[in-house]
Amino acid sequence: MSSWPRDWRELPMAGIINIAGSSLDYKTGTWRARKPVLYPDKCIKCQICWLFCPDMAINRLEDDSVEINYEYCKGCGICAEECPTKAIEMVEEVG
Amino acid sequence: MLPDVNKIRTIKEIPNIDLFVSGHRLCAGCGIPILIKNVLRAIPDPKALVNATGCLEVASTIYPYTSWKVPWVHVAFENAAAVASGIEAAFRALERKKGGQKYNVIALGGDGGTFDIGIQALSGALERGHDLIYICYDNEAYMNTGIQRSGGTPLGAATTTSPAGSVIPGKPEYKKSLMDIVVAHGVPYAATLNPAYPVDMYNKLLKANEFEGPKFFHYYSPCPVGWWASESMSIEIARLAVQTLVWPLYEVEYGKYRITVNIRNPKPIEEYLKTQGRFRHLFKPENRWIIDELQRRVRENWERLEKLTKL
Amino acid sequence: MSVTDTERMKRVGLNGDEAVAYAAKHANVDVVAAYPITPQTIMVEKISEFVYNGELDAEFIAVESEHSALSAAVGASLAGARVFTATASQGLALMYEILYIASAMRTPIVMALGNRAFSAPINIHCSHDDAYAVRDTGWLQFFAENVQEAYDLVLMAFKISESPEVLTPSIVNLDGFILTHCIEPLYIWNERYIQEFLPDRKPVEAIDYRNPKTYGPLALMDYYMLIKRQQYEVVRRARATIDRVFDEYSRWSGRRYRAIKTYMMDDAEYAFVVLGSTAGTMRSMVDKWRGMGRKVGLVSLTLYRPFPEDDLRRILSGVEAIGVMDRSHTYGGPGAQLYQEIASTLYSLDEHPRLLNIIYGLGGKDFGPEDAEAAYKYLMRPDVREVWLGVEG
Repeated sequence: MSSWPRDWRELPMAGIINIAGSSLDYKTGTWRARKPVLYPDKCIKCQICWLFCPDMAINRLEDDSVEINYEYCKGCGICAEECPTKAIEMVEEVG
Repeated sequence: MLPDVNKIRTIKEIPNIDLFVSGHRLCAGCGIPILIKNVLRAIPDPKALVNATGCLEVASTIYPYTSWKVPWVHVAFENAAAVASGIEAAFRALERKKGGQKYNVIALGGDGGTFDIGIQALSGALERGHDLIYICYDNEAYMNTGIQRSGGTPLGAATTTSPAGSVIPGKPEYKKSLMDIVVAHGVPYAATLNPAYPVDMYNKLLKANEFEGPKFFHYYSPCPVGWWASESMSIEIARLAVQTLVWPLYEVEYGKYRITVNIRNPKPIEEYLKTQGRFRHLFKPENRWIIDELQRRVRENWERLEKLTKL
Repeated sequence: MSVTDTERMKRVGLNGDEAVAYAAKHANVDVVAAYPITPQTIMVEKISEFVYNGELDAEFIAVESEHSALSAAVGASLAGARVFTATASQGLALMYEILYIASAMRTPIVMALGNRAFSAPINIHCSHDDAYAVRDTGWLQFFAENVQEAYDLVLMAFKISESPEVLTPSIVNLDGFILTHCIEPLYIWNERYIQEFLPDRKPVEAIDYRNPKTYGPLALMDYYMLIKRQQYEVVRRARATIDRVFDEYSRWSGRRYRAIKTYMMDDAEYAFVVLGSTAGTMRSMVDKWRGMGRKVGLVSLTLYRPFPEDDLRRILSGVEAIGVMDRSHTYGGPGAQLYQEIASTLYSLDEHPRLLNIIYGLGGKDFGPEDAEAAYKYLMRPDVREVWLGVEG
């Protein structure tokens, strides 16, 4: 977080982090070696991938469809492994 | 009988809120967040968390980043139950004296922080009867410091301090029976959890809200790095743990046992063991006895549980 | 205000432990987390009695160890409660890990410490080993000379610790058995009036689900030293608040409190520096020596952390020789703990007084007038730099 103070006088006391959920600024998507690809036509909106994703990188939308948030996805592949309709496939990350 | 409204039937009923958010630095495929996000969904506000030192604590609060959207406290390794006791007592006093709100206090510790270094503080908190929830996320070794054996490591598992040696093939001791220790304190509610059975898990978490006093959960937390397993297999391994009777799913309500996921035709334990490198050496012919012993123990434990449900 | 104002205060006879328990009660603490250990036990017994008889509305957490006592205290303090704990010696050693954390998390806990020697051999009597051992933990530390001071200092410690610019825990030291178990006359407040001096705690940055914060994160090399610098300055600057609260309490109670108590120091050629109850003995000895024409004075510290170094430099400069009295010792170091600190304090003076380290009274070994006489004789000898009083040779 570039906005976080670098002067000890300005830091919140006691090492407290007073911005809840500030880790959203830390993008773990760069860790990924393989990436999940979602085929929406195969998706039955069961929420298995949403429930199991350890990185909260699968967004569950209003209509229960899902989308993958690549900013945080670490590429573990649990979603593809558990998807009952094989609507998610792991592919090699390029670049 | 009235329908049990405080229960879900499908995972779709789990609310779409995240109070534990992305950007944490737990390993890919880690089982811990699957527990945490559902705990925070099932236990209502106002709530506060105490986290023992360990993987979850370290990976979720690297200053100035935090993955928590609830009050979260870390003090040390061995004292999560004691810190939680203090918070619970404080809110009780402040509610009485100053009209404050009582909080749902949740303590989280790994197997090291619960089975070993934190067992005294846990026992004290359970004995004193604080109104809190203690959850042990058990990945069966000290993963944060690099996979050293703990009281929660199963017989035969290879860790960095119980390696698969040529003389001693992995951990020579049995896994400590944490649930029995907790239940012996006479707690109102104790249950085992497994991520591969999310409806069962979620309903047990909801049930915790119904009891006054200490509630305890023992969560099976897959660790791909520490178990030498594929990252994508965490849920499948967790499922096999239940299906091979390694991780029976049950609950104990004021001493009354109930198996919540019945396994009629258990799979042989090899199906579970073969998914993880920590057990690979057990498949050598000279170590066959360890697999047999593990098989015998899980079956005995299941039979014991079945008897307990009939008491 | 007069000390004979019987409506506001009453004169009673209590031992140090009981007096401390009354102070915690009069502070209207919300949570007490403590584990019994001699010579602190009467404190927890008395507080339990208050709670169980409905005289004090507080949660008494009868923890299973001192480690958990302080851990629970930290949790309770973060939740916004006024928190008290008490221990001694081995119990404090078991708390050691959490002492650093309590101060760094800025939890204004007040602890009474019945000073007791460290094992082995196991001993339940007074040494200052425990207080010294935790001098670097970031807690404020006060030493009581008598039971009245133990009572007063606990009340003042709450006010100091909970001040928003301080938010740092305090230890009030009282000599094991000598003060903890000796009944002395003292004035205690009529509870109704305490709020004038010590209102309820107004928590800062307490746990609040509507404004969720992360307490006690991991900080690496990019931020750890910044966070420590901030805490260092807080403890250093706490002195101003301590002086202010001491002044306020002095006015309010009619009993004078200062960081340092000096006696006959104006023209003193020789001085003793001391902590705790021994100051009383030494003050009567100074009277005796003065009667004999010997220019001796006494310095006793009510405030030990933050160490009042500037004042000490001023008070002790120009003195010929100083006997630094340590009720403790260190192994293989350059003098015992208080000695080291006085030596460091005086180093910046152009002319250094001669220093003698007097190690005395370990594990409750008696210190009487004849021991003080012996100490004086050693102080007159420039060839002696350290003496184990009564255990020479």
